[in-house]
Amino acid sequence: MVETGATPNVSFVRRQVSRIGRVMTSPLLPDDYFALIRPRWSTREVTGTVVRVNKERGNASTVVIKPNFPLEPHLPGQYLRLGMEINGIRHWRAYTITSDPDHPEGFISITSKHTEGGRMSPVLNQFVRSGQQVFLGEIEGEFTLPDPLPGQLLMVSAGSGITPILAMLRELDRRDRLDDVVHVHSSRSADDMIFGDMLRELADRRPGYRLVEIHTADHARFTPADLDHHCPDWRDRATFLSGPRELIDAVEEHYDAAGLSDQLHTERFQPVIGNGGGDGSGGTVRFRVSECDAECEAGVSILVGGENAGAKLQFGCRMGICHTCVGRLQDGAVRDIRTGAITEASGQMIRVCIHAPEGHVEVDL
Amino acid sequence: MPKLEATPNNPLHTLTADQLEKLGQEFDALHDEIYAELGDADARYIRGMITFQRRLIAASRGVLLFSRFRPAWWAGTAGLSIAKILENMEIGHNVMHGQWDWMNDPNIHSSTWDWDTASPAAAWKHSHNFVHHTYTYVIGKDKDVGYEIFRVDPRQKWRPGYLLQPIGNVVLMLTFEWGVALHDLDFDAIKSGSKSKKQVAQELKAIGVKARRQIAKDYLAYPGVSAAATAAVTALNGGDPTQAARDSFKATLVADAVANVVRNIWSNAIIFCGHFPDQTFMFTEEEVANESRGGWYVRQLLGAANIDGSPLFHIMSGNLSFQVEHHLFPDMPSSRYKEIAPRVKEICERYGLPYNTGPFRKQWGTVQRTILRLAFPGGGPRPKPGPYVAPPEERAERERLVEALPAFP
Ligand code: FES
Repeated sequence: MVETGATPNVSFVRRQVSRIGRVMTSPLLPDDYFALIRPRWSTREVTGTVVRVNKERGNASTVVIKPNFPLEPHLPGQYLRLGMEINGIRHWRAYTITSDPDHPEGFISITSKHTEGGRMSPVLNQFVRSGQQVFLGEIEGEFTLPDPLPGQLLMVSAGSGITPILAMLRELDRRDRLDDVVHVHSSRSADDMIFGDMLRELADRRPGYRLVEIHTADHARFTPADLDHHCPDWRDRATFLSGPRELIDAVEEHYDAAGLSDQLHTERFQPVIGNGGGDGSGGTVRFRVSECDAECEAGVSILVGGENAGAKLQFGCRMGICHTCVGRLQDGAVRDIRTGAITEASGQMIRVCIHAPEGHVEVDL
Repeated sequence: MPKLEATPNNPLHTLTADQLEKLGQEFDALHDEIYAELGDADARYIRGMITFQRRLIAASRGVLLFSRFRPAWWAGTAGLSIAKILENMEIGHNVMHGQWDWMNDPNIHSSTWDWDTASPAAAWKHSHNFVHHTYTYVIGKDKDVGYEIFRVDPRQKWRPGYLLQPIGNVVLMLTFEWGVALHDLDFDAIKSGSKSKKQVAQELKAIGVKARRQIAKDYLAYPGVSAAATAAVTALNGGDPTQAARDSFKATLVADAVANVVRNIWSNAIIFCGHFPDQTFMFTEEEVANESRGGWYVRQLLGAANIDGSPLFHIMSGNLSFQVEHHLFPDMPSSRYKEIAPRVKEICERYGLPYNTGPFRKQWGTVQRTILRLAFPGGGPRPKPGPYVAPPEERAERERLVEALPAFP
């Protein structure tokens, strides 16, 4: 299946109209006909309209979006997938929500840094105009402020990794809890820092917020060892980390070595597939459409097993985000290899990249 | 199964392995070239087509509320038939083939689409996209060779049951969508036990659900709405609402049935013309063992046949009138077949391969003749066309295009 937007939350009445109307429109939905009159009357997926685009420093843009259906409320630091059609092809990418929660009209914003050769970011930064239609995924992400709030915080960010950190800082500011926060941020130069002005103003206004800027254009790159210098009491602080993979790996290693990995919260944007909750039993898979049988050892996803057995299967992210690999589970039980959760067949759709068989399963792929 | 003889002088065997490889590369390059071009304009085409079809069917259903009146009945039935044909052919068949998957639009995608016919999408995709398009016209492998019920190649062994073939043929024409639904079950696989009982049960259930929805919609819901609307109008005007309701229920029901049958006859005709005209070849399993990519392309070329026609005819046939191009590139958007046809012909000419095509009358006629003749024992191979030779106009056009190219630096 293809990557698709979130399912809108529609009213009970609307759902009943759909259910009954389906008798007349099957195999389509009444929505497909409503959409002929006005496309946003379709409740097939959550869409949005671009309201405004603000240029930011550091070659970035903030895109303000009016969702056509109310979104679930989000927590600062969470992200959603944004879909856009570019030359007839729909592309998706995950972006941190940079706007504050509970906007009175339900608007949200995301901030994207222009990356050379990227698919979406050049479009978001140069061509998007208000009125453009976009597609919105579910609100996701575990990288949020804990409850209760730790007393002392350390934020470490670099480049466009600033976005979830900014969202959290604004939240702390709003809640009046910016008591003791050290923020170490790397950017190329002072001018190049996304949200630089906003954060400097915040630092001036809030004595409890100390901003340490590292400008890599004329200073050495940040390494985790520098923490001793920038924030000598880093060992006592709950740490929030967001940035490029190399930075995350280095800081994680540093915290591991100090035996402090519990204090570190990271945003990798993409969950790392592990062997959630034990290895499971593994099993065999029957691919009904491709007429192929595969064997999966414990912890091996149906996708990988199928590919090894020669089935041509669709995939995108291979880590459970995009839903490209979805297929209907017709028989048997599967284990989520991230969490270890077990799902029994009841004709539901599963992402085969993150599910391993438990015994024999049959899928419509 | 008794050993089958390969068709004599099958052009597949005139090519060397080297030639086959080159040919495979040429077709691959053609495919990639078109795929690299796909973009906004193509997306607009399919969306426009879907929107037009939905408007047409909505309008036709609206007009059929007044099906009691002759002109409304005729207009509504005609509109509904056309809409159902478009939905089935140019939209449903092609979307479910994955021709529009490149758009990444979940609402126009092979994994989510279901069509307005009796056969459930999943089973059809298996039997058609996978079995038929992989084992195209390999006797014994491709279940679409005579749809397991007809004898369409003299090498299929005759059984007395085939005497009923001419009648079965007419029945299948009228009820084609149901035939396809049952065909997708793959009775061979059930008999041989390669399909689990559970899967068969689930597939039967899926057909049941789909059938119930189709019947409820066409034969209960819309006639019911017509009846209610007419009764209300008649009562307001002081007439007899019961009689009016009964009449319009019946009229709409008949209209829906006619539209379904028209669609069935049409899709049956187009699909049979794509594979069973005299020109087409069928293959034995030995012939295709260890087949190369190039060999696969040649088999697709030889096993399919086009139908000549106007642009409107092509759209109404879901561009399956370009069956040859469709079989070469099943996942290419149908709207591009017309454009690549001259280049396919040109390749055929260079490699001394036939390019099967003909007017509808001729293609359909030879199909019917085969079905009638092979109901009886015996029957010999039909004459096959020679290598494709471009008519002078086409040659002139080709040369003109070459000359018309601007000089590139
Ligand atoms: S969810 Fe992206 S490939 Fe499975």
